[in-house]
Amino acid sequence: MRDLLTGLLRFFASLQLTVVLLVFSIMLVFVATLDQVNLGIWAVQEKYFRSFFVYWPVPGSTLSFPVFPGGYLVGGFLFANLIVAQFYRFTFTWRKIGLVLAHSGLVLLLVGELLAGLWQEDFQLRLDQGETKNFSESSRLYELAIIDTTDPKWDDVVAIPEAMLAAKTAVQHPKLPFRIAIKDYYPNATLEMRRENTEGAPSPATAGFGPRLVATPLPPTYREDERNMPAAFAELIGPDGTLGTYLVTPMLVMPQTFSVGARNFSLIMRPARAYKPFSLTLLELRHDVYPGSEIPKNFSSRVRLQSADGKDNREVLIYMNNPLRAGGYTFYQYQMNEQSRFSVLQVVRNPSWLLPYISCTIISIGLLFQFGISLAAFIAQRRTPANAPAA
Amino acid sequence: MKKYFPYIVLTLGLVFVAATLAPTRNKTDFDLVGVSQIPVLVNGRIKPLDTVARTSLLVLQGRQRVVSPDGRRLTPIEWLLDVMARSELADTYQTIEIVHPDVLALFNLKVEDGAGQKRFSYNQIKPRLDELEKQARLADSVEGPRRSTFQKAVLQLYQNLHLYGRLKYSLVPPDSPSFLVEIKRFQEMLPAAIEAAKAREAKKPYDEKIFTQVREFEQRFDFMAQNGYLLPIPAAADDPNQANWKQVGRSLLETFGTGSVNPNVMVFAGLAGAWQKQMPKEFNEIAAIYREQLAMRFPGQIRRSLVETRFNSAEPFYVAAEFYVAAFLLAVFSWLKWPDALRRSAFWLMTIAFALTTAGILARMWLEARPPVTNLYSSALFVGWAAVVLCLVLEGVYKNAIGSVAGGFVGFCTLLIAHHLALGGDTMEMMRAVLDSNFWLATHVVTITVGYGATYLAGLLGLIYIIRGVFTPSLDSATAGAIDRMVYGIVCFATFFSFVGTVLGGIWGDQAWGRFWGWDPKENGALIIVVWNAIILHARWGGLVKQRGLMCLAVFGNIVTSWSWFGVNMLGVGLHSYGFMDQAFWWLLGFILSQLALIAIAGLPLAKWRSFAGRVE
Repeated sequence: MRDLLTGLLRFFASLQLTVVLLVFSIMLVFVATLDQVNLGIWAVQEKYFRSFFVYWPVPGSTLSFPVFPGGYLVGGFLFANLIVAQFYRFTFTWRKIGLVLAHSGLVLLLVGELLAGLWQEDFQLRLDQGETKNFSESSRLYELAIIDTTDPKWDDVVAIPEAMLAAKTAVQHPKLPFRIAIKDYYPNATLEMRRENTEGAPSPATAGFGPRLVATPLPPTYREDERNMPAAFAELIGPDGTLGTYLVTPMLVMPQTFSVGARNFSLIMRPARAYKPFSLTLLELRHDVYPGSEIPKNFSSRVRLQSADGKDNREVLIYMNNPLRAGGYTFYQYQMNEQSRFSVLQVVRNPSWLLPYISCTIISIGLLFQFGISLAAFIAQRRTPANAPAA
Repeated sequence: MKKYFPYIVLTLGLVFVAATLAPTRNKTDFDLVGVSQIPVLVNGRIKPLDTVARTSLLVLQGRQRVVSPDGRRLTPIEWLLDVMARSELADTYQTIEIVHPDVLALFNLKVEDGAGQKRFSYNQIKPRLDELEKQARLADSVEGPRRSTFQKAVLQLYQNLHLYGRLKYSLVPPDSPSFLVEIKRFQEMLPAAIEAAKAREAKKPYDEKIFTQVREFEQRFDFMAQNGYLLPIPAAADDPNQANWKQVGRSLLETFGTGSVNPNVMVFAGLAGAWQKQMPKEFNEIAAIYREQLAMRFPGQIRRSLVETRFNSAEPFYVAAEFYVAAFLLAVFSWLKWPDALRRSAFWLMTIAFALTTAGILARMWLEARPPVTNLYSSALFVGWAAVVLCLVLEGVYKNAIGSVAGGFVGFCTLLIAHHLALGGDTMEMMRAVLDSNFWLATHVVTITVGYGATYLAGLLGLIYIIRGVFTPSLDSATAGAIDRMVYGIVCFATFFSFVGTVLGGIWGDQAWGRFWGWDPKENGALIIVVWNAIILHARWGGLVKQRGLMCLAVFGNIVTSWSWFGVNMLGVGLHSYGFMDQAFWWLLGFILSQLALIAIAGLPLAKWRSFAGRVE
């Protein structure tokens, strides 16, 4: 038992393991970079970095095999290797303080990256000129919103995340007088008008716009300039039986409305929203080019920031390399369309944002120290004539 | 002789450099030097006509030299003036490069019809231009990455001809016998024409003849405004936006509002007319008056133009490339004969070349008001510069010519790469919005580029070790040990700089986009370099590799660095992919294969190494 433990410790402390893991990480990063051409940046991160194994789907089947260690596994082993090596192999001397610093900084950097992966949220905020919003929208995920519009003064919204639609989870919510059963879900689809008198299966939809439309599933796209357009058939079931099956998809821009008893509802699938304790109004957008050229010089959005508690009410200019930071969020200029007068801000929330700064400073100091000592030793050695090689 | 040889080499080198720095003189009666310094605005930057001429030639034909059909050698500015004012002559110059055989077939041209088998004149191409236009439209509808080499060649040629056409409409319409006379007539007719237009508006009788004539002028000017490539007319003195320079055509169109033709339009029409009729006296007078007047309004601009034309004509990077080759050769020969004299001479030549590149980079920085690295071109310059700094240090410490061999080689190669990257056009282009931050360009980009340079240098030292060891008996154990220590030291240096550079990139990302790391291809490329250097260090510390293994790992570092420097740009995805290049892909592949081949050669048993045969370690 003791031997086994020592063996394990030796294994985890070995420099050979370090080198092998580093080679693995290079291969992982390299392949992931190449695969971005096919999958796009988000899917690549999920497949290669935020996973324990990289799976290879067997073409033409639903099987997939783990073929390579993923980011979590390589990172985890590197982490263990770093920690064990620090305690098992190092006898502390002042000459080694540089190495100790560099490696502890590295531990912190790995932790920081893990936390960023777990905690970081990305949203987009699309504002037309003059528009005010107090929420941002996901660039990739959707939600099914069921809005109680009975009271003209306010809306009461129940939003079902896309993941629940995909899992075909049945939803029952205390605010709703009906439950929702998802009969079918396509991660990406296209819509067509149903031609009359044509053959083919009748629509699963029985109410709303659905019966007049055909939703055809498409393979999901991972390209950065395209978005998946999911579609789902949702059956609403009241205490006395079905209220109808609706086709819901973000391609339907108009909400579908219906009433249950005295209450009015509208149903819409929209980009998943994240509400913020403040609102932004787009006052002015600008896209400047250098004179006599098409080269963009600047994109900027002038916005008014108003916090819900009324403490903040100011104008901010967001432009390239100059984002707005408010309430733990960073808003940066992402896209702009001058003709259609809208501006898209990317909204990022990363609670562990400070960790990379700290860890990188520690590593840099450590490396500088370590290499500085080596250099000093080298110079000292060359100054001693006896040791100098015949030059 | 041997003793004085290094001093002779140094003196000759300095004399040669001094000769390139001497101001250019006019070889004809025309003050072409003065005219080449006239600033105009193109692609967002105010630059001398000389730069416009040179970069246009590089784009069109990959070189700056022009020879007319009757065998006269033209300077770039003469060529540009001919294009703008005597296009019937310029159309006969073979300055348009076509290499794709199918594109040549499109014009019914054969390789033999071209100068140097690849350069053709506009007149040779003209008869089948409509066919090119058709093909270009077909190719344009295909997505960039999916285009075939033919489609790419067609589009490239189409764009080049577009540039050529736009240059023709820059100062005067090519079909005008005397634009100055034309403008004067326009000016005289203008008041009556305005009256006519007002009358017409008010549905009253009006002078139809004058109205139509001026209408024709308007259309002509509008065409020039749409197509003129240069913006030579400076912003009006009272214009709040002093960057608001205009095309000749645009300025003429504004005459309808102001009532009188901008005198600067007259200047350029006069200048073009004097060149057209080859009247040196008028030409020089107009140029002198115009420059004097500009110098009062834009003293800074004129100074920059002056420096830029001098910089162009001195060609510091071309001269430095020659010196690097000489340094490399002398240093290699020093291993065979006259070790001390040749080694010293090589070191001096490398120092001169280094001083030239430094001066060139500083001049570019001053002209652009930017840190040294702003685009792929300048990164090539700087990678070489940083590597040569290290080589100078190595040579200063070890005095065994290895530093000079490496410095000469890396210096020349990076300048060669830079030369090819310059064929895309002006290398001092304006910075796209995302990159427009001097602080981060100065910190992140510079540090990471130094890291590239150091990683390459380590790889190059590895190559020297392998080549000398396998193919020559010259790698004695002292030299081998010295290279080993050099590589180790340089890898430490490279690790530090590429790490700090990558981190600074992350911080830029956090400052600009709110996220430290986004797995963007360029970021991944930088990360891979850092990790590769870390692998080399750990493999050595762990005793996994000895000298030979270290050299192989360092050589592989060349592949890693090239991939993140160029390969990533070829992917065409991500926030960072600003320089997409195509043909370079095959060069990259060839380079990678060559490095792999050398690593394989290093894998030969030591008994087969000529340096080690008979004395296995």
